[in-house]
Amino acid sequence: MSSIRDIQEALAAGRSCCEIATQALKRAQADTTNAVVRIHQQLALEQAAVVDARRAAGEQRPLDGVPVLIKDNLCLQGVEVSAASRILAGWHPPYTATAVSRLIDAGAVVIGTANMDEFAFGSSNETSAHGPVANPHDPTRIPGGSSGGSAAGVASGIVPLALGSDTGGSIRQPAALCGCVGLKPSYGRISRYGLIAFGSSLDQIGPLSSSVADTALALQVMAGADANDATCSQRPSNECLASAADLAGLRIGWVPEHDRDCAPAVQQRLHELRQALAENGAELVEISLPHERFAVATYYIIATGEASSNLNRFDGVHYGQRAEGCSNLAELYRQSRSQGFGAEAKRRIMLGTYVLSAGYYDAYYKRAMQVRSLIIEDFQRAFASCDLLLGPTSPSVAFRRGEKSDPLSMYLSDVFTIAANLAGLPALSLPIGSDEQGLPIGAHLQAPQWQDGRLLSAAAAIEKVCQGW
Amino acid sequence: MSLQESEVRKVAGLANLILSDEEVASFGEDLNAIVTYIEQLQEVDVSGVLPVVGVSGIETCSRTDEPQPALPREQILAMAPQANEQAFLVPKAVNR
Repeated sequence: MSSIRDIQEALAAGRSCCEIATQALKRAQADTTNAVVRIHQQLALEQAAVVDARRAAGEQRPLDGVPVLIKDNLCLQGVEVSAASRILAGWHPPYTATAVSRLIDAGAVVIGTANMDEFAFGSSNETSAHGPVANPHDPTRIPGGSSGGSAAGVASGIVPLALGSDTGGSIRQPAALCGCVGLKPSYGRISRYGLIAFGSSLDQIGPLSSSVADTALALQVMAGADANDATCSQRPSNECLASAADLAGLRIGWVPEHDRDCAPAVQQRLHELRQALAENGAELVEISLPHERFAVATYYIIATGEASSNLNRFDGVHYGQRAEGCSNLAELYRQSRSQGFGAEAKRRIMLGTYVLSAGYYDAYYKRAMQVRSLIIEDFQRAFASCDLLLGPTSPSVAFRRGEKSDPLSMYLSDVFTIAANLAGLPALSLPIGSDEQGLPIGAHLQAPQWQDGRLLSAAAAIEKVCQGW
Repeated sequence: MSLQESEVRKVAGLANLILSDEEVASFGEDLNAIVTYIEQLQEVDVSGVLPVVGVSGIETCSRTDEPQPALPREQILAMAPQANEQAFLVPKAVNR
């Protein structure tokens, strides 16, 4: 993997952004994991030339020359964006997502679009209309999902930074399975303007990179109020710059039941990490989150309900693909949607439509929103006795492609990451070594809402402890 | 709780999806497994618990009511599968 510092050093050594972009474009072309679905040769070189000209005029910015991949659900004017779905094939958005334009303003160069699960529906990147992505550590295994292309692109060294989106773990789980750092900021920290919506009360954009420092820098650049997203917070975001926290006296909560649900290698690494943290003076506190076991059920009601509503707009009229030969409008809607959506998208639209339908709303959606309140209260109680929570990101290392064929077992692979979305918490996955086959393992850190800065400083300290693992 | 085939077809209709007989069978099976799983929420005591309305705690904010530049019409219509200079084109919706 490469880092933002590598780019800064290359610039300091006299290399141009255009040269750096050209090299990254070559790496993207040589990619064998299917992480990159579109390479933006011309756009990238134009952006790099702008950065070179600005620097030549004496102005430097924090992400100058940093090649990035953006997930295929983030709008970028001038290129195709399809959310890895046939229904949006060929669509060119009329504007650029706020998060992406802030990266570009800060000097980053978008070299390509990263593969993903269709509409971010998946935990393995197997539902993409562009085909599956291979895990760079073992091509027979999945990279995680839904931001699988972003994670694989960083892990295989194509780019030091990629953007993903996270509705139930879609940044953190692939980061864990590919061995990089992935952050889902607090809900409302980064504008969602220009992100193709999945579950609007859960979605957040976030960075994947090789280090906590690069993660913090990317967050700092993207965070903050946006007139185009009323759910984006006005709070100042200057707490996001990470300097490593002092581990002495840091109260780190952990939930003993989590270990039992994990593969032995994951359990072992977490046990070693807790020991190492305790040796460094951290106080490990056992925590109970009594309603967390309901998080997956709660999530699949709320997320699919919101998704079915958000995906109603894809009907063959305003954008994307339209079915041929339809004689009336109703048939046009039905045929366009049936031909355009993949199986998992249809499954989730059906489930969401069902839980929101007349007669079932109270039993499912309303009840899920009540349980969501209880999950939030659990976290509030937990954070009264600890500063952050530490646990596994994924119950296992990367599984084999095709291994999880039934939808429910796939949904359960997000069991540890979903609650943070339900509660709007900032959460991050940090690499903590690998199993005996060399497959990466990630630790999951969660902090109270708006404590993104605390999360990053603690993560920076823990990253030091795990150096060389 | 289990969804009958007729209910799967009804939900597909509400969702504007056409399913083949095989899809009705396989989605029906998947949905039944998922619905059985989410039924576990019925065991949670939610009496007196308010449903979440938003997690960010942000008050609904409104901007001053002044005209803002909007995307040009041509640009929006250019994204459509079929349009003329002024409108999205669709097949006839009302027969008479």
